[in-house]
Amino acid sequence: MSAGTTTPVRPDDAAGAARFGFLNGFASLLRAEWIKFRSVRGWVIGMIVAVVVMEFMGLFLAQAHVGCQVSGGPAKSGAACVQPMPLGPGGEAVNDQYYFVHQPLGSSGTLTVRLTSLTGWYGGNGGVPAAPSNPLAGLQRGLQPWSKAGIIITDSTKQGSAYAAIMSTGSHGVAMQYNYTSSVAGRPGAVGPASPRWLRLVRSGDAISGYDSADGAHWTLVGAAHLAGLADTVQAGMFATSPQHTQVTQFVGHSQGQISPSLATGVFDHVRLSGGSAGGGGAWTGDNVGSNQPFGPGSTQAETFHQAGGRFTITGSGDIAPVVNGMGSGPTASISQHLIGTFAGLIAVAVVAVMFMTAEYRRGLIRLTLAASPRRWRVLVAKAVVVGAVSFVAGLVAAVIAVPIGAHIDHVNGLYVFQASAATTARVLAGTGLLLAVMAVLALAIGSMVRRSAVAVTAVIVGIVVPYFLGVAQVLPTSASEWLMRVTPAAGFSVQQSLVVYPQVTNSYTTPNGYYPLGPWGGFAVLCGWALVAMAGAVYLLRRRDA
Amino acid sequence: MNMTLAVRRDALHAEWTKLRTVSGPAWLLAGLVAATVGVGAAVDAASRCPAGEVCQVDTAKLTFTGIDLGQAVVAILAVLAFSNEYSNGMIRVTLAAMPRRGLVLAAKAALVTGLVLVAGAVGVLGSLLAGRLMLPGHGYTVARGFTALSLSDGPMLRAAAGSILYLGLIALLSLGVAALVREAAVAIGVVLALLYLFPIIVASVGADPHWQRHLEQIGPMQAGLYIQATTNLHALPLSPWAGLGVLALWSAGALLLGALSLSLRDA
Repeated sequence: MSAGTTTPVRPDDAAGAARFGFLNGFASLLRAEWIKFRSVRGWVIGMIVAVVVMEFMGLFLAQAHVGCQVSGGPAKSGAACVQPMPLGPGGEAVNDQYYFVHQPLGSSGTLTVRLTSLTGWYGGNGGVPAAPSNPLAGLQRGLQPWSKAGIIITDSTKQGSAYAAIMSTGSHGVAMQYNYTSSVAGRPGAVGPASPRWLRLVRSGDAISGYDSADGAHWTLVGAAHLAGLADTVQAGMFATSPQHTQVTQFVGHSQGQISPSLATGVFDHVRLSGGSAGGGGAWTGDNVGSNQPFGPGSTQAETFHQAGGRFTITGSGDIAPVVNGMGSGPTASISQHLIGTFAGLIAVAVVAVMFMTAEYRRGLIRLTLAASPRRWRVLVAKAVVVGAVSFVAGLVAAVIAVPIGAHIDHVNGLYVFQASAATTARVLAGTGLLLAVMAVLALAIGSMVRRSAVAVTAVIVGIVVPYFLGVAQVLPTSASEWLMRVTPAAGFSVQQSLVVYPQVTNSYTTPNGYYPLGPWGGFAVLCGWALVAMAGAVYLLRRRDA
Repeated sequence: MNMTLAVRRDALHAEWTKLRTVSGPAWLLAGLVAATVGVGAAVDAASRCPAGEVCQVDTAKLTFTGIDLGQAVVAILAVLAFSNEYSNGMIRVTLAAMPRRGLVLAAKAALVTGLVLVAGAVGVLGSLLAGRLMLPGHGYTVARGFTALSLSDGPMLRAAAGSILYLGLIALLSLGVAALVREAAVAIGVVLALLYLFPIIVASVGADPHWQRHLEQIGPMQAGLYIQATTNLHALPLSPWAGLGVLALWSAGALLLGALSLSLRDA
């Protein structure tokens, strides 16, 4: 009982030792699983196969060429067929086509108008007038949701110029839009003789502010744009334009789409310009900006303007907006297009991941494994880490090769490749690795639960590949396949989305066009949720059942 | 001659005993029927063609959509019929008792395909019945030009019978692949990749119709399922029976390679 002869064990020491032992044990478990993985030649080959099929499908099979032949001339293909698309200030492809009635404006000034009417026409024979004398023959009355009429200040009448505009739209009320990609909502409601809209743009150097008003006396600021490097003398005036009318009818088995040009007519009065080069009293010039654009809403040959006293009636067709991937967008591609082989890679990875678990049962090795590491969940976690890490590397390597080479091939073939920011590109590349990693963990967990490799592989493929297949092959109606893309593990593919959804452009933002219903990380989270639930189930069953 | 017949009967009997005495195949056959009828009925229930609209829908394809999933169950059944023997070493007993290896493969093929045809027929007729009960009420009536959901309609009879044959050919394809690669996980991965990847590639080469058409002609699933088409036949890349023929070529090729591999390699 002499004090000092016993060394009391301090609780935190014990905990520290245990934690160290735990980490040490887990590290050797990881090492054991890694050795198992790399010593089975078939599994290593399986991972290499995954990378190779991703490249083969993505670069060789998923190629699109633009071909053309001008009446009797030699058949051409690729870039020779395509006129370049106009690019906006941010470098993105844009539609820039509108009827513009304008005057020069100096470095500061104000343009105010009253818009009393916005009406439209659409349909017809693909832009070819039924009778040359009457371009409106065969058209129906009606506005598109984003038909627009309003005022605009633009660097020049060249397509793709920097601009800021405030307008009234077909069904989205007043909006201030600038530099193609930005749109801010203003006063809601439709415009008409009983409810006119007053619109105002104020330029001060590079800054342009947009205001709207119901009565011309009480003004509300809608938005402010900063257009870097705006020229001293710009063009200011009234415009009207209307994007193509798109009607997509979805059927089981296929969808049917119709595109036709449309027209919007805006009626303006109370036009006041201060800061114009001629002191506001200059003559107004009419221009059909971008009427020769190769792809886009098309022309109806009815674009015009006339002026009677202080009243301007302007009719235009086209759009001032970014190009999106969908019907009528011309030959375009996204940087993710060449990752289509992820499906094939995924099947190879799933086969390897499932066998990584089921092989233990088949050879009876599982009893040795569990005897060496009686805490069974740690075995499963170690396997998940190993197979997940290997799959991540495989996916990343495949994507880093396929994306830049694919974009180059598209460029040579005459396709416009939608530009993606560096952050988006990094997310798509790393996301492909993460996608394969989490799907491998899911496959491993299912393999551990069902123990039968054929059933497990089928479950993974049916859960991940089939929902996407049903969507792109249009076997199911769009609503049903988009629902599947939200709730099944296939939602994870949205991490590969590189296209941007623009609410100010009407389009069918669906999976076959490269837009997933959940955001990139939202969809990935759904996949992670599946993997977590499957891992929990696998741990539970591994502890409960005899090996 | 009698001797050969007896051997063949014995081979069939042995395979039948193996299939009959484990519960897996029975469950998978039930799963085949459930997947085919269930998916078909769900799609029937979700589809509408409102009055006044023009719907270009093929009622045969619509009501037999369940085959898209049912074929995965067929692939599991056929692959397991072979791979299971390799995984538990039974194959050595089988081949010792039945040294003519081609006969073993033939007996398995005959039995598995026969069972799949029977269960497939139940699934296809069930789907047809579900379509018949639901689709006319959703606007898909004969009066509006849709194919009648009845076996007395020539094209519909061809679509129904062809769908059953399609499942049988998928069984043969899977069996051939399983004999070739042996490992169940790899075999099922190869079969499902062959089936589902072609349509995904086709959808992604949108801008090149020429390439697309060729891929549609050689893809085992897409070509094989032309047998379900009853409308717009002239627009198909292949005629319905030629499409099923493409799948038959895939199955024959897989079986041939499987038979070669079985007789040349050690078990």
